Amino acid sequence: MTDEMADGPGYAIADDGSFTAPLNLAYPYSRTVGPIYGAFLTGLANHKVGATVSADGTVFVPPAEFHASTGERLDNWVDVANEGEVVSWSWEADPDDSQPLNRPFAWVLVRLDGADTAMLHALDVTDTSSVRTGMRVRVRWAADAEPGIHAIACFEPVEIAGGGPS
Amino acid sequence: MSNEAEDVLRIRTPIGVEYAWSAGTRSSAYLNGLLEGKLLGKRCPSCSRVYFPPRNGNCPMCGVLLGDDDVEVGPNGTVTTFCVVNVPFLGQKITPPYVAATILLDGADIGMQHLLQEVDAADVRMGMRVEPVWAPRDNWGPTMENITHFRPSGEPDVDYSDYAGQL
Ligand SMILES: [Zn+2]
Repeated sequence: MTDEMADGPGYAIADDGSFTAPLNLAYPYSRTVGPIYGAFLTGLANHKVGATVSADGTVFVPPAEFHASTGERLDNWVDVANEGEVVSWSWEADPDDSQPLNRPFAWVLVRLDGADTAMLHALDVTDTSSVRTGMRVRVRWAADAEPGIHAIACFEPVEIAGGGPS
Repeated sequence: MSNEAEDVLRIRTPIGVEYAWSAGTRSSAYLNGLLEGKLLGKRCPSCSRVYFPPRNGNCPMCGVLLGDDDVEVGPNGTVTTFCVVNVPFLGQKITPPYVAATILLDGADIGMQHLLQEVDAADVRMGMRVEPVWAPRDNWGPTMENITHFRPSGEPDVDYSDYAGQL
């Protein structure tokens, strides 16, 4: 959006006389979360990361409601660490207002210590040279978040004593 | 955390998309006209029908691109059909009952919908002549809302045969 649209009359006129205006569609959905995601999100609000565990010992974070292979209903819980390892990442150069950080950051898949699966979140680093697969990261809790995954503000690199980010 | 958080049962998941919408040259002429209090349409070079608001593309009857020249229509017009709104709905700005009318502006060949006020709904009829009531000029923008509503002009009714081709 141009400054003219944001701060002026709400539209812009190009050299050829054609009008352009912002057209923003928004859907204010909400959803119920059910017993499994609900327990996970309640845990996050209490600064704990919960996982469901299947009979074969697989630890799911975020918690799965059912085992994808066996169909087993999952309702055994265990807490995992709020620290883990980046297993994959992608750079977000131009975040929009809906995203966790308002500056460039990395989307990361993080496997938390004790978990067998990885979860998607944002990693607060300034450039692509500061993120790599295998690096150690930890949860940064949001100071004041409404219920949901944004109880985790983002992840941040775990500083190793005597060096930079590992 | 000193206090346990309440159980999370529901979360907000708003989504949205932000577009920059361009009106194109012909609709832009119409919007520019509204800024000056003029009602500008475009004419089909093949069948001579005048479209208001003008389409950016082609005449749907002939398939040819509408002409470039502005054609000023109105400001008065004729009610060709109308609807008395009795039902409240979310976002409604006017208290029912009120009349949404299709108004054929003088010189145009398609009707446009606008609000009809300053008349009892029971007195509205096909063929009724109406005039626009403009908002204060300081409030004008490139929008048909510059006309707050139409009202009866007091001119004699138009015979059905005079607008039967534009219904
Ligand atoms: Zn035509």
